[in-house]
Amino acid sequence: MTETAIPERAAPAATDLPPATALSGWGRHPIVKAPQLRSEDLPRITVGATLTRGLGRSYGDASLPLPGAPVACSTLADRFLEFDSKTGRLRCEAGLSLAELNRVLLPRGWFTPVTPGTQFVTLGGMFAADVHGKNHHESGCFGEHVRSIRLRTADGEVREVGEQDELFLASQGGMGLTGHLLELEVQLKKVASPWIWAETSPVPDLETMIDRLLEASRHWPYTVGWSDCLAPGARLGRGILIVGRWAEASEAPARLPAMKRSVAVPFDLPTWALSRWFVRSFNALYYRVRSATAGAGIVSPQPFYYPLDAVRHWNRVYGRRGFTQYQCVLPTERGAESCRKFFDILVRHGGTPYLVVVKDFGAESRGSISFPRPGLTIAMDLPMRGRQTQTIVDALNEHVVAEGGRIYLAKDALTRVEQFRAMDPRIEAWNELRRRYDPKGLLKSALSVRLLGDEA
Amino acid sequence: MKVLFLGATKGMGRALARRLAERGEALFLLGRDLEDLERSARELEVLGAHGSVGSASCDLSEPSGFRAALDQADEKLDGFDTVVVTAGLFATQPELEQDEAQCERVLQVNFTGTVLLCEQVRKRLLSRGGGKLCVFSSVAGERGRKPVILYGATKAGLSYYLEGLDHKFRSDGLQTITVKPGFVKTGMTEGLDPPPFAGEPEDVARVVLRAIDRGKPVVYAPPIWRWVMMVIRCLPRFVMRRIGF
Repeated sequence: MTETAIPERAAPAATDLPPATALSGWGRHPIVKAPQLRSEDLPRITVGATLTRGLGRSYGDASLPLPGAPVACSTLADRFLEFDSKTGRLRCEAGLSLAELNRVLLPRGWFTPVTPGTQFVTLGGMFAADVHGKNHHESGCFGEHVRSIRLRTADGEVREVGEQDELFLASQGGMGLTGHLLELEVQLKKVASPWIWAETSPVPDLETMIDRLLEASRHWPYTVGWSDCLAPGARLGRGILIVGRWAEASEAPARLPAMKRSVAVPFDLPTWALSRWFVRSFNALYYRVRSATAGAGIVSPQPFYYPLDAVRHWNRVYGRRGFTQYQCVLPTERGAESCRKFFDILVRHGGTPYLVVVKDFGAESRGSISFPRPGLTIAMDLPMRGRQTQTIVDALNEHVVAEGGRIYLAKDALTRVEQFRAMDPRIEAWNELRRRYDPKGLLKSALSVRLLGDEA
Repeated sequence: MKVLFLGATKGMGRALARRLAERGEALFLLGRDLEDLERSARELEVLGAHGSVGSASCDLSEPSGFRAALDQADEKLDGFDTVVVTAGLFATQPELEQDEAQCERVLQVNFTGTVLLCEQVRKRLLSRGGGKLCVFSSVAGERGRKPVILYGATKAGLSYYLEGLDHKFRSDGLQTITVKPGFVKTGMTEGLDPPPFAGEPEDVARVVLRAIDRGKPVVYAPPIWRWVMMVIRCLPRFVMRRIGF
C-alpha cells in the first residue's frame, strides 16, 4: 500500500453544503433527507463526507447517510483513466458507470468479468457491494477481478491499495465503509463477439430447477433460473432456466447489437398491481409465454444481462411505499428441501413476489464480509406493506440463520441486527480493521448504524 | 478537425470533448489544473481521439499566458482549425453581491478573459484561411433578469461580441458558433433547484456538435430554450419587475 500526499483540502463548512434532499435506494425505502455533494472533483467532496454513493442502485439503505449527514456522490467522477487494449486492464474513476463501460468497450471486444442485473451502476459501487452475476459459479464476484483501488480513508490519507492488502479485502464488499473509493483498476474479459448465444427452457418444479441449474453450471458460464413461488402444489418453483455464453465470431452477426430505446413506467402503479391474484396471474402467464417461446439462439447482451433496464423507473411498479429486495444464500449441503421450506415460509406469511431469481453460487469471495458463499441464492422483490413485510423478512431470516446462510447487504432494508449477527460472525474482525483506519467512526451509513454496530 | 479545447475537464465541456474524441478528432486541452487536464487527455485517448492528446496550462484570468498556450497547441496539432471554449465561472447573484473579489473574478473570466482569448484565436484562424470558433455563452445573457444580473451581464457582453465576430468574419472563413445553454445539470449547478426543461450535459454536447459541423451561428441547448427565451424577450419591463425569473 502506498500513501499519497495530495493538496490539503478543507472540509466543506456547514454553510457550503447544499440543502438536504430526499435520498433513497432503488427500493425507495427508507428515505433519508441529507445534503448530497456531487462534483467531478471526488477527492474534494469526500473530505468531511460520511459516505460516498454512486447511482443509488442498491435497494435498501446501503447508500444512504444518516439524516442530515453529508454524502458524496461519485457519478460525475466518471473518467476512463487508462486502458490497455492488449491486456484488457482498465483504470477508471469510481463513478464510471457500467453502461458507459459497455457502450465504449464492448464493441472493441471487452466486457466486465462480472455483471449485476443492471448496467446503471458505478464500478465503485460494484466493488463496494462486491456484486455477483450469472457467472458466479465460474468467475466469482466482481472484486476478484479488481487489482488495486485508490481509497481516501477516514484519516484523510489517499492510499493506493493492492489486492493482497487487508484494507483492500475489507473494502471488497465493505459497502463503502472502509473509505471513499476514488479509483479502481480492473481486469476486463475478452469476448469473441458482442453477442450472446442463449438457451431458455421451461422447468416444471423447484427440485428440477435446482438440479438443472447445478447441471448447467458444469457446462455454461452464465446460468440463472426464474421461479414462480406462487404456483400451487407440486408445481411450486416452476420456471424458466436461462443459460448462455458469448457467441463465437463465426456464429454472431457482423453488426453490433443495437441499443434499444427503453420505455418508462410513467407513474406509481396502484396497489391492485401487487395483489395476490394479479401477481399469480402474471407469473402463470409469464411461465406460459416463456415456455412457448423457449429455444436457443443469438441474442443481444442487453436483454440477456439487463432485462429490466428496458423499463425505466420500474421501481414505480411497487407504488409510493416502495419495496425491498430480499436476497439470501442457503448452503449447498442443505439441499432442495431447505429451498422448498423457504418458499413455504414466504407463501405462508403472505409474500406475493413476482418471479423469484434462483442461482447457484461458486466459491466464497475473498472479500472480508462479501455476501456469496457456496449454496443456492434466492432473490425476490417484496412490496413495502409495513408490519407484514417486516414479518415476512423476520421469518425468512429465521430460516436463513437456522440453515447457516446469510443475506446480501446491498439489497437489505429490514433485517434485524440480532439475526444479521447470527448469520455473519465475520463482522467483528472486519470492524476491528475499520477502526484502525477510522478510530473516530467518521464513515457510516444508515445500514451500518442499523446492522454493523456503528453509532448514530 | 484539429480542436483546441478550453474547458474539457468538466460539465458540458467534458461531454462535448468526449463526443469529439469518439469521432476520432485530434484534440489539445487548455485549462488551469494540469493534473486534471492530463487525466482528461488520457480518457479522450481511450475514447478514440486521433493521436495523443496534449495539454497546457491556461487561465482565463491571466491573458498574459494565452500566447504561449496557443503556441503549444499550434505546435502539437500542426495548426488548430477549431476552437471550443466552454470554460467560465458561475456564482449566484447573492454571492456576487456580497463578495466583490468574486464578482470581479467572474466579470474578468467570463467576459474580458474570454474575449481576449477569442481575439488571439481569431487572428490565428484568419491568418490560415478561417476555421470554427465555438464559445459557450448562456441564455442568462438574453435579458436582464433578477436572479442572474451580474453573471447574465458577462454572458450578454460575450454573446454580442461573438455575434459581431460572426457578422464581420464569416465571409472570410471564420465561423463563429455561440452556444446558449439553459439550466444544465452539471457540477457547477449542483445544489440549485433545476427549473423545468433542465438539460443533461450529454444532450447539450449532441446539439452543439451538430451546430459545429453545420457552422450554425447560434444554438440553444436544450433546443426548447430558444422558445422559452423568445417569450422572455417579449415580456414588457413591468412584467419582468414583478416576476422572479
